[in-house]
Amino acid sequence: MTPAVAFENVTKRFPGASAPALDHVTLSIDPGELVCVLGTSGGGKTTLVKCINRLCEPDEGAVRVHGEDVRGADPVELRRRIGYVIQQSGLFPHMTVARNIACVPSILKWDRARIEERVDELLRLVHLEPDEFRDRYPAQLSGGQQQRVGLARGLAAKPDLMLLDEPFGAVDAITRKSLQDELLRIHAESGGTFIFVTHDVAEARRLATKVLVMDGGRVQQYGSPDELREHPATPFVAELFGEDA
Amino acid sequence: METVDYLISHADLFAEATLEHAGLVLVTLAIAIVVAAAITLACLRSRRAGALAVELLGAFYSIPSIALFALLIPLTGLGSTSAVIVMVAYCQFILVRNALEGLQGVSPAILEASRGMGMSEMQTMLRVRLPLAAPAIVAGIRMAAISCTGIATVAATINAGGLGAVLFSGLRTLNVPKIVGGTLCCALLALGIDALLRLVERRLTAHTRARS
Repeated sequence: MTPAVAFENVTKRFPGASAPALDHVTLSIDPGELVCVLGTSGGGKTTLVKCINRLCEPDEGAVRVHGEDVRGADPVELRRRIGYVIQQSGLFPHMTVARNIACVPSILKWDRARIEERVDELLRLVHLEPDEFRDRYPAQLSGGQQQRVGLARGLAAKPDLMLLDEPFGAVDAITRKSLQDELLRIHAESGGTFIFVTHDVAEARRLATKVLVMDGGRVQQYGSPDELREHPATPFVAELFGEDA
Repeated sequence: METVDYLISHADLFAEATLEHAGLVLVTLAIAIVVAAAITLACLRSRRAGALAVELLGAFYSIPSIALFALLIPLTGLGSTSAVIVMVAYCQFILVRNALEGLQGVSPAILEASRGMGMSEMQTMLRVRLPLAAPAIVAGIRMAAISCTGIATVAATINAGGLGAVLFSGLRTLNVPKIVGGTLCCALLALGIDALLRLVERRLTAHTRARS
């Protein structure tokens, strides 16, 4: 089976930083997984994700998406095939909810009727009533509603790979739980591969089929939540994921 | 009363001068916007280049217009060409400063979202950066329009016509109604152009007034 995403000995150094952000990362993610990338801030989580859609270019090594080396792909083309959801939602404040969600379909030149149909379908998917929310601006939404729209926008063109960079970082605990439920349901229904960055261990435990623990730019361990709890590979993982943590 | 009578009996003169004045301002604005767009795009990639451009244009802006008009006479002669050149140059400070502030002020998170979703540079510019910077850009155009309306009166000293010609002729002959009439027309023209641009501005900023 071709991995959905593979890292082959990937290293990334940022100018002026003492340690590399990614240090010889080798990793293979199977299609259909919901991978939670866990670690302290500055541990390389976001850099790892950005190397997949080429917002960040590695200094060494190769990244493959569905077997294809991303360096051979046109970055703009590549990103349109990968859903991207970021912290604080990154919604465009000058566009309505419908236009935000329609962003990728409209640059892919879907016809209007299909876009409208997809927007309503996605709004229902994230539990926002289309008639009520379609024409609102992001400033007219609560934080949780903004994240729902951000999620819908990432899913718009039915990507089989989704990158989510701490999408629920800025919402309260109750909203966060309901967003997590939505995410689990959407992941199960779509059958796609989701890579989800978080610094919240409880969130990773709840969501992940696989957990990737990063520290100091290195992969500490990659495995199911149970494996990590029962057989932590490094003291860092044990501390983060151990029985008593 | 004397002034009102004069205004009515010389309505043709004032109307013609106002139109000529408006023409000067609009031609200047049209050229100035194109030039400012080019300068802005050239400086957009580096904050340092942008700061330097604004600095230079600001220094230029502080030279009195009448001195610049005089400087240009040997090159482009008397008339509206010289006037338009000087006014275009003056507008650059306001236009470029506002456009750069607007475009560079778009939050990096939003730019990254648009890149991450697969927008090309051009799409990011047209669909995200420009609309978000539009309020600042239009505010710059409004200010430039008002300041041009004023500077254009001084341009009458080099035969560019317009309301300045009416004002200076009024001054020479100590014709108070003519001076008052010319001033009034000038103020009304500035207000008119401003109101028009304010409408554009309101349309472009609909989202900032949307609140639940």
